[in-house]
Amino acid sequence: MIEQQYKDLFQQFRSELDANSVEGLNRHRDSAFDRFQQIGFPTSREEDYKHSNVARVFDTDLGLNLRNIPMPVNPYDTFKCDVPNLSTHLYFLINDRYYDKTLANDPLPDGVFVGSLQRFSEDYPDIFNANYGQIADYSDNGVVAYNTMFAQDGFVVYVPKNVTVEKPLQLINILRGGVDLNVNRRLLIIAEENAQVKLLVCDHAVDDVHFVVTQVTEVSAAAHAQVDVYELEENSSKVTRLNNLFSEQMEHSHVATSAITLHNGYTRNNYRFRILGEHAHVDAGGLAICDGSQHIDNFAFLDHAVPNCTSNELFKTVLDDRATGVFCGKILVEKDAQKTQAYQNNRNLLASSTAQMFSKPQLEIYADDVKCSHGLTTGQLDEEALFYMRARGIDKDEAKLLLMVAFTRDVVDLVRIDTLQDRLAMLIEKRFRGELMRCGNCNVCK
Amino acid sequence: MLEIKNLHAIVEEKEILKGINLDVKPGEIHAVMGPNGSGKSTLASVLAGNPKFEVTRGSILFKGNDLLEMEPEDRAREGLFLSFQYPVEIPGVSMVNFMRAAVNEQRKYRGEEPISASDFLKLMRDKRELLGIDSNLVSRSVNEGFSGGEKKKNEIFQMAMLNPQLSILDETDSGLDIDALRVVAQGVNKLQTKENATIVITHYQRLLEYIKPDHVHVLYAGRIIRSGGPDLALELEKRGYDWLINP
Repeated sequence: MIEQQYKDLFQQFRSELDANSVEGLNRHRDSAFDRFQQIGFPTSREEDYKHSNVARVFDTDLGLNLRNIPMPVNPYDTFKCDVPNLSTHLYFLINDRYYDKTLANDPLPDGVFVGSLQRFSEDYPDIFNANYGQIADYSDNGVVAYNTMFAQDGFVVYVPKNVTVEKPLQLINILRGGVDLNVNRRLLIIAEENAQVKLLVCDHAVDDVHFVVTQVTEVSAAAHAQVDVYELEENSSKVTRLNNLFSEQMEHSHVATSAITLHNGYTRNNYRFRILGEHAHVDAGGLAICDGSQHIDNFAFLDHAVPNCTSNELFKTVLDDRATGVFCGKILVEKDAQKTQAYQNNRNLLASSTAQMFSKPQLEIYADDVKCSHGLTTGQLDEEALFYMRARGIDKDEAKLLLMVAFTRDVVDLVRIDTLQDRLAMLIEKRFRGELMRCGNCNVCK
Repeated sequence: MLEIKNLHAIVEEKEILKGINLDVKPGEIHAVMGPNGSGKSTLASVLAGNPKFEVTRGSILFKGNDLLEMEPEDRAREGLFLSFQYPVEIPGVSMVNFMRAAVNEQRKYRGEEPISASDFLKLMRDKRELLGIDSNLVSRSVNEGFSGGEKKKNEIFQMAMLNPQLSILDETDSGLDIDALRVVAQGVNKLQTKENATIVITHYQRLLEYIKPDHVHVLYAGRIIRSGGPDLALELEKRGYDWLINP
């Protein structure tokens, strides 16, 4: 069975695992392992993974850098992110390790911590223990259990009460390896009362090997906090990305997430939003542009537990060639969550007759005074609009491109960093033209 | 400039045009009138090259070239312009980008350099002023949220920007109030020269008060059943179409 090699690895190398991490992370490994033994990796026999057989992804030989053998890399030299010159505070994760030779950014406001998960657990043990592993839930998710077993480091953003971080934070996740590699990352984003922060995470694989990446992000937004997490994926087609974002938010808070996949191999994004305080709001956006035999699976679960909250989901997919897209949007409105307003919108564009989209809205509504809606369309480009443009002299391919770019506009508009919006619009156009810029030395994306 | 001979066209297996003959020379304005369902819009669509319509017989020469052999974008680049009866909304595609792409396609076709950003903005401003069109009409996505009148004005604006040799106005007056009608008609008149030509397709005589045709044709059941001078339009206004259809 697929899980066996990983169970053996875990037990065999447990001491190395712990030695190259810290107590704060180590103490979660045993119960995660117990659970993993019970449930294993998700397979397509499970309804929520019907179109993404995640277990199969692990059925291969993968290296694991448990001993934290350093990767020889200076990200500033070897890497040029597609979103440079954004005025951001810039940080790097090399695989799962925080890059501690980060050049000094502008100073952050007092009390803000941005840096290594290991360091945070040692400097702020109480806050760390109150959050790490408390928001993510591996009881029904074998990948999250696996990640909790093996994660050794990661990235933390901690913003104390009433502090606003004006400039966005940017984390560049670099994947480097000489062999096929499994990387397990953890992100922790904690915004206390009335704190505000925006984080942009850019994923890039630099080497031409097969990467299987699991990532677990925990977001905690206290009352009146505002947290934006934007993820931009530009990985090679050899990367498998299993991304899990868990968010819990309290009253009057605002959590906004947007995941934009411009280039990938195989991506599964799991989102779980729990709204635990009244008058809170969630914006969850996603855009994936896939061709070749790329695969994107967006699964979002949104739990309205209390009254008077609002949520808005907008997920769009553009598929060409033999690409596959999946969307499942589960919204749970609990019995007492009166006056909930929840909107879900899933729009998918198929640019070839061999692309496939599987889409499933799932609304479970137990309160009776709510406004909930879902909209789902999967189709092709508007023939009338195409003809209108051709009738003005714009040729067929260019007209298609303009329409495809137009299709992505409203998801891009959800990103609340203006310079990033413009940059994204440009990158999206380049993607459609097949001209996506190479990331520094990365020549894997063809 | 335009020679249509024995044009037959079908849409979804049904024959709509049953032998149209029409000659349009530079400097002329032709009105094509007729009751609903006569094939007026089909004629416009066939001229513009809408793939939904299939020409089964006949020929169309545009400036001496076989129009039916040309893709819709090439017809536009050659100088044919269709003002749509129901202009489609294209959210997310800005008017500015759209027009610049269209203008540059024409220039490329003619072997010219693409227009510079500043020249383009000036061109837009000049044409807006010429037609008396509000700037907010061009700062949005193509036709998005436009009223019927605004859409028609936008069609004429695009016509001004592209400076076509043959303009086909498909029921440009439908859905317009008197003021919008006047603005649109004045725009068309201002763009008229001795070198270009216009086909005005309309159901009512009202538009022809403002855009005076040289020739009037009545289209009924896919054929032109009567052609005449401007007086024919006045007669139709007085007597309707019945006297021509059931003589």
